[in-house]
Amino acid sequence: MSVSILDAGDAALTIEFGDTIDPGLLAAVNALDAAIARRKAEGGLAGLIETMPTFRSLTLFFDPLVTGREQLLADLKPLLAAAEHSPPLAGRRWRLPVCYEGDAAPDLAEVARTLGMSEAEVVALHGGTDYLVYMLGFLPGFPFMGDVPAALRLPRRAEPRVRVPPGSVAIATGLTAIYPWESPGGWHLLGRCPVPLFDARRDSPSLLAAGDRVRFVPVGTDECRAIDAGVRSGEIDPLVWLEAHEGRATDAQEGA
Amino acid sequence: MSTKTELEIVAAGAYASVQDGGRRGHRRIGVPWAGALDLRLMRIANALAGNAETAPVIECFDGGLQVAARGGPVRVAVAGDASVEVEGRDGRRCLPSWRSVTLADGESLRIRRLVSGRIAAVAVTGLVLPAVMGSASTYVRAGLGGLDGKALAAGMRVPAGAGDGVDRALPQPPLADAGPIRIVPGPQAGHFTDEALQTLLRADYRVTAEADRMGVRLEGPRLAHRGAAEIVSDATVPGSIQVPGSGQPIVLLADAQTAGGYPKIATVISADLGRLAALRPGQALRFAAVTADEGARIARAFEAETRALIATVRPLLPDGVDLAVLYSANLVGGVVHALAGEYRPLSSDHR
Repeated sequence: MSVSILDAGDAALTIEFGDTIDPGLLAAVNALDAAIARRKAEGGLAGLIETMPTFRSLTLFFDPLVTGREQLLADLKPLLAAAEHSPPLAGRRWRLPVCYEGDAAPDLAEVARTLGMSEAEVVALHGGTDYLVYMLGFLPGFPFMGDVPAALRLPRRAEPRVRVPPGSVAIATGLTAIYPWESPGGWHLLGRCPVPLFDARRDSPSLLAAGDRVRFVPVGTDECRAIDAGVRSGEIDPLVWLEAHEGRATDAQEGA
Repeated sequence: MSTKTELEIVAAGAYASVQDGGRRGHRRIGVPWAGALDLRLMRIANALAGNAETAPVIECFDGGLQVAARGGPVRVAVAGDASVEVEGRDGRRCLPSWRSVTLADGESLRIRRLVSGRIAAVAVTGLVLPAVMGSASTYVRAGLGGLDGKALAAGMRVPAGAGDGVDRALPQPPLADAGPIRIVPGPQAGHFTDEALQTLLRADYRVTAEADRMGVRLEGPRLAHRGAAEIVSDATVPGSIQVPGSGQPIVLLADAQTAGGYPKIATVISADLGRLAALRPGQALRFAAVTADEGARIARAFEAETRALIATVRPLLPDGVDLAVLYSANLVGGVVHALAGEYRPLSSDHR
């Protein structure tokens, strides 16, 4: 694994472990991130504001009035070596309901046509796979998940939508995601997930964390509507979709 | 009957929102910092209003913001080169910016236009809003902070007061810096042709109409990618200059997405971000390259300059005579200068 240090202005730098989407690179990123969080909790790394883990890199945001690039890199050197040989994070497992029908699935027919399969086959493939949450970003609580079965791989839409409805479950370039908020977007919309992925009132506002595993469970339009009403009224706690707790290494990193 | 004192938004102008120093620590779950685009303006406005430097302010674009005191006097301070008008029972009067003014109950303050730039920070004494995830900054996309997560609109009210009742002024506003916007090449400068970075540094770019709190889309000579105009998504930072397939650069600002899949040719240094965000659509700009270490040195110098500026904030005389204007207009002969160390405009009970 070759590590590059990239400048991101005077107040951030990026430690890049590679340029592909690969669970091995992700393990290194998350291990370094966790080591930094521990060092910070011990009172080290003064001036480090926060870190941002992605598929294959970790970006460090720092206050140039307090610390500098060289100082930070010197402090990180021992942590970097250890990170490159780390096992993956033990994430949690989720089973999230998705409605793959009607208005909830505006691109399903077109995706099936493009791929030369039936809509049912697309749903069976998308809903029959365990996905790894590689990272959160783009929007609050937006999970980049993969990998989508090879038969479902498509480039982004040629014409991005100006408005993707919140809850949309989408695929593009081997990845799948859920849009927690209305936003512009270029992915193909296969369904709708009624579970709120982000709530600022929760201690941990993002439902999902990097390293978690997600399986989608197809539900009908009526059930989706019932779940929607249940979570809105507070009768359903989103944690009911948590399948098994295997320890949450990322809790301590929030706000590192 | 007790009435609470509030500031009412009579008109929000082009766009106005409550912002503070920003929401740190949550980029990892996709939450951008938000916060004032020009942090120096926020700090000066708060100093003029007698607030803590990072208290929430009302950030507005161009002219049109009008606010009124309701239920009691409210002290309001405007930082930014604005033409300001106060309307009360005795009619209208024009005021310079870079000072605070205490509005009597029912009086209103309006930003008629911005003389230069397009951002003003309006600090309000007693403006306290609950922090959401550590900040009162409004981030509209996810409905965080501010007033119910929304941009300001006519009829909304924020808590306010008059504090110690002493208005303050900044004797010498910061000089406009028309120099190039300084950038640090990278993190993906290698994804572009060698000519692309040279073009970015030599050519004029123009701010398009697509310029808001998320970012500023520029137009100018095309920046060519070496290969695909796409990378595996990684983190963006405020100031990232991302270049999509069109070859036209986009500078990301406080509300921008935290990750992106376009290569980033360079990053605007932190000290120049406020200046960039304040450029008006149609305005031309130039870039100049610095190293990350030079950028950090500039950040330290800029901070020292900001602190020195804030240290010059002076109380105005209780009768409303605006000493700052008197001195800057040179009506008082060259005996004292507002910035001179021995300058003592008021007796100690006003300090």
